[in-house]
Amino acid sequence: MTPASPLTAASAAPGKSRRIALAVLLLAICALPFLVTNYHTFQLTMVLVYAIALLGLNILTGYNGQISLGHGAFYAIGAYVAAILMDKWGVPYWATVPVAGLVCLAAGFLFGLPALRLEGLYLALATFALGVSMPQLLKYKHLEYWTGGVQGIVIMKPDPPFGLPINQDQWLYYFTLAIALVMFLLGWNLLRGRVGRSLIAIRDQPIAAEAMGVNNSLYKSLAFGVSAMYTGVAGALGAIAVQFVAPDSFNIFLSITFLVGIVIGGLASIPGAIYGAIFIQFVPNIADQISKAAPWAIYGVFMIGFVYLMPVGVAGAIRIAWARIRRGSGRNGQQ
Amino acid sequence: MLQTQATSGNSLLAVDGVSVHFGGIVALDGVSFDIAPGQIAGLIGPNGAGKTTLFNCLSRLYRWQGGRIVFDGQSLLDIPRHRIATVGIGRTFQNLALFRSMSVHDNVMLGRHCRTRSGFLSNALRLPRVVREERASAEQAAQLVAFLGLEADADKRVSDLPFGTQKRVELARALASEPRLLLLDEPACGLNHEEVHALGKLIHDIRGRLGITVLLVEHHMSLVMSVSDKVVALNFGRKIAEGTPAEVQQHPEVVQAYLGNGD
Repeated sequence: MTPASPLTAASAAPGKSRRIALAVLLLAICALPFLVTNYHTFQLTMVLVYAIALLGLNILTGYNGQISLGHGAFYAIGAYVAAILMDKWGVPYWATVPVAGLVCLAAGFLFGLPALRLEGLYLALATFALGVSMPQLLKYKHLEYWTGGVQGIVIMKPDPPFGLPINQDQWLYYFTLAIALVMFLLGWNLLRGRVGRSLIAIRDQPIAAEAMGVNNSLYKSLAFGVSAMYTGVAGALGAIAVQFVAPDSFNIFLSITFLVGIVIGGLASIPGAIYGAIFIQFVPNIADQISKAAPWAIYGVFMIGFVYLMPVGVAGAIRIAWARIRRGSGRNGQQ
Repeated sequence: MLQTQATSGNSLLAVDGVSVHFGGIVALDGVSFDIAPGQIAGLIGPNGAGKTTLFNCLSRLYRWQGGRIVFDGQSLLDIPRHRIATVGIGRTFQNLALFRSMSVHDNVMLGRHCRTRSGFLSNALRLPRVVREERASAEQAAQLVAFLGLEADADKRVSDLPFGTQKRVELARALASEPRLLLLDEPACGLNHEEVHALGKLIHDIRGRLGITVLLVEHHMSLVMSVSDKVVALNFGRKIAEGTPAEVQQHPEVVQAYLGNGD
């Protein structure tokens, strides 16, 4: 697991043309809900939700090198915190998102402490245990008053505020987009400086990192906390968008799907989280359209195709292609 | 006993009767020596003599079962592993321990970790002081990159660079932590003749221009003997000689240790 240097790529001069391109892209992203159906708008909202979750998992697994096969559990905790707050206390939907984030920050940090003793496959196993047990914990009968047991909790779809002339799906999209932008900005800041370097250093060479003064234990457990926080925020947003939480929506397959997302999208890459989210949201649908009989077999073919054609993820492939184009144009310029 | 205390008073590093054993194997057996501030000290000995074991004690990677190590009046036992760089001990590794996916510049920036403070929250918010700290670190990193002649490779991934260049990156990274004592574990290993010559000059510069005390483990005898003010020789975990390069070179036990091994 040695993804291409993300720091140099990220710090590669965000020049004027790049800023313009980013502004155009953002404008297009804002225009999307007016160009597609409500159902597609909902799907795009879920892409944003997954992108936040994948960025969280990427901070832990891609940047810091700690494998998690159980991030679906943090997603579930975030979703249930949001749902319970709305259902039991009538907390407004927007206020549940930061609470879900903070609860998962604490949960992730605490889980990260014993995880310090585990590495590689052993850590994968421990996180798998977390992911695999979560649906049953949510069904636990003494928690049923809060969690709604097997039935789960139904959430009301929020109306757009301030009398905005958009429908509920469009509003949810913009709400999620705003939070996603904030989360990505915070994540980018976190990863491009002293903390990001230290996280990668721990992944690449933990002994040297510590010899340079990095407090490995603290950084690894904080990485776990921050990662879980991102995934928890995503879980809360996902619950609001889907308007429903139930234990079996958060089974181990969700955790594996997140891992698929970061590997396909690109390990230790911020845009990789977005590519991965597009993959895990749309490819199952496409597979289903291709073959109703064996959609997962088709999904498998897609997955193998992606890792075969883009062994460093979509983000890596784009980076390589971009470098090739620039080198090509540079040569032309010299002639 | 009185004598060691007297010498540790004006020494930067005092190793006092340090013993390390792994199971039944004795890796270090009551080794003592001092390094004065501003000295270049060489640590020599045949393979398995305990040189790297001693380095790993100084980095707190290994525990020692007997004796004391005192750095600048502070017992190393009171300093956790990740604080070693902060108190002023920097090091390079025998088989390179670079952050392979990072650029040369970022590797050196990581060396600044122990001299910078910003945490998770202030980084996520990119507070003005984080920006200032990053800028100052980047400037210092650039100076060190220049000091070691790495300008052309500054933005390259370290894993794409030749071995000799990687060794210089490690040195730059160690210097970035502003050490008072620099531990060099076989810096000449794998270098060609010219590179070894340049390294000798560099070690002198590190002491002369940056004022850093150096402890060097090295097999390359002519390098050790030409740069060191004092040499400590180990064999089978015991100190067999200590003194000026000339004295140690002629010491009968040293001669025997090396000839006896056919080295």
